[in-house]
Amino acid sequence: MLEVNKINTFHGKIRALWDISLTIAEKEIVSFVGGNGAGKTTMLYTISGILHPTSGTMEFLGKRIDGMSPHQIVKMGICFVQEGGKPFPDMTVQENLEMGAYIRETWRNKEEMLEHVYNTFPLLKQRVGQLARTLSGGERQMLAMGRGLMSRPRLCMFDEPSYGLAPLLVKIFFVSIKTLREQGMTILLVEQNVRQALEISDRAYVLENGRVVLEGRSGQLLQNDHVKKAYLGL
Amino acid sequence: MRILEGEGVRKNFGGLAAIAEVSFHINQGEILGLIGPNGAGKTTLFNLISGSLAPTAGIIRFKGENITGMKPHQICKRGMARTFQLVKLFGNMTVLQNILLGSLFGTPKSILQSDAVNDSSKLLEIVGLSGMGTILAKDLTIVNQKRLEVARALATKPELLLLDEFMAGLTPTEVSLAIELIKKIRDRGITVFMIEHVMKAMMSVSDRIIVLHYGEKIAEGIPDEIATNPIVIEIYLGA
Repeated sequence: MLEVNKINTFHGKIRALWDISLTIAEKEIVSFVGGNGAGKTTMLYTISGILHPTSGTMEFLGKRIDGMSPHQIVKMGICFVQEGGKPFPDMTVQENLEMGAYIRETWRNKEEMLEHVYNTFPLLKQRVGQLARTLSGGERQMLAMGRGLMSRPRLCMFDEPSYGLAPLLVKIFFVSIKTLREQGMTILLVEQNVRQALEISDRAYVLENGRVVLEGRSGQLLQNDHVKKAYLGL
Repeated sequence: MRILEGEGVRKNFGGLAAIAEVSFHINQGEILGLIGPNGAGKTTLFNLISGSLAPTAGIIRFKGENITGMKPHQICKRGMARTFQLVKLFGNMTVLQNILLGSLFGTPKSILQSDAVNDSSKLLEIVGLSGMGTILAKDLTIVNQKRLEVARALATKPELLLLDEFMAGLTPTEVSLAIELIKKIRDRGITVFMIEHVMKAMMSVSDRIIVLHYGEKIAEGIPDEIATNPIVIEIYLGA
């Protein structure tokens, strides 16, 4: 579904990604694991078109997407839920969600999608008319995930979705990830909650200093000595 | 001795009681944890204590003095500092300058610039930012920005430190380092009041934990009591 081939990305003069290649198949759940500053978020920025690679190619559903702008990539069916949510602060919860469905193809189904999002995050339903600026940190995170789902993406990329969520909500979120996959969505997950991310995903890539240093089935990576020591704190 | 005390503290936002009649206290030298579902009012309580918001009703005392309604800078001068859930640094200043701001502002008596620089360099080391003094704050990773917030808060020489989700977004290995840092801070004689969703950390460092739900205190106790409390499991921890 997604094929990334020898991508190099820079932050100004600093080279953040070094010859990264990866693939994601349809309906897969794939995790990126790595410490802070390893390049995980930069990778998501590159796939979503916020940053452009200086070399390398990216194909989604057989079409080249490197060089496309973010709105074109959203239309292709890729959605990126950023860390911290970044809601529109002076819009209500419902208006923020509707903004997620602004693409013509999804606007028609927005009522149905809204219901779906409210079922997944009942707390948001209690706050439909509240301005996003007045939400707590965890509520903003939920709103951002809901807004992402509103575009009916084929591939959804979550950057630290459990950030700031209460333990119960983290559990609910990981269950809802599985539900989304059963409904046909492909998922790319960046998580500091390494154990849970590996338990739920099919495959994972371990990034260090902007390079892929390990990749494989998540179940095997959970047993890997380096992963255990560096990321699971064992 | 009670370093901080709240009596019947209440905060209304329009018709919504974000904090409803909450009473609490922290003993000197203690690490007190604050947990609760998202939107329970945890950060609002921190905002009331640190003076970012004024309570609608109730009294807050710090070292015996009534600080209700005081401004954040007045409360900081009295020996209380905090960090923020969504970091609030001076992005276009260097790491060292951010910390210097804390030491030059917070210390009650006058301080030589050279001493402040010395203090700041030591703090860099304590929080694990050695060698990064000249980097602009906005260029740090999120975790390092959080460490910098802790250093800036410590630079004001607080007796009470409020930490708002310092560990969110850390890998389990980084969490272990953060736990060590909090213990180090306590060992320097600083009382810590912390909001955290990372239970491994909460259970291992807290002396006591308070649970908020819809703005009300629904439980309080030592970590073991909280971890096995059926209501806390139902609304917060999950079975």
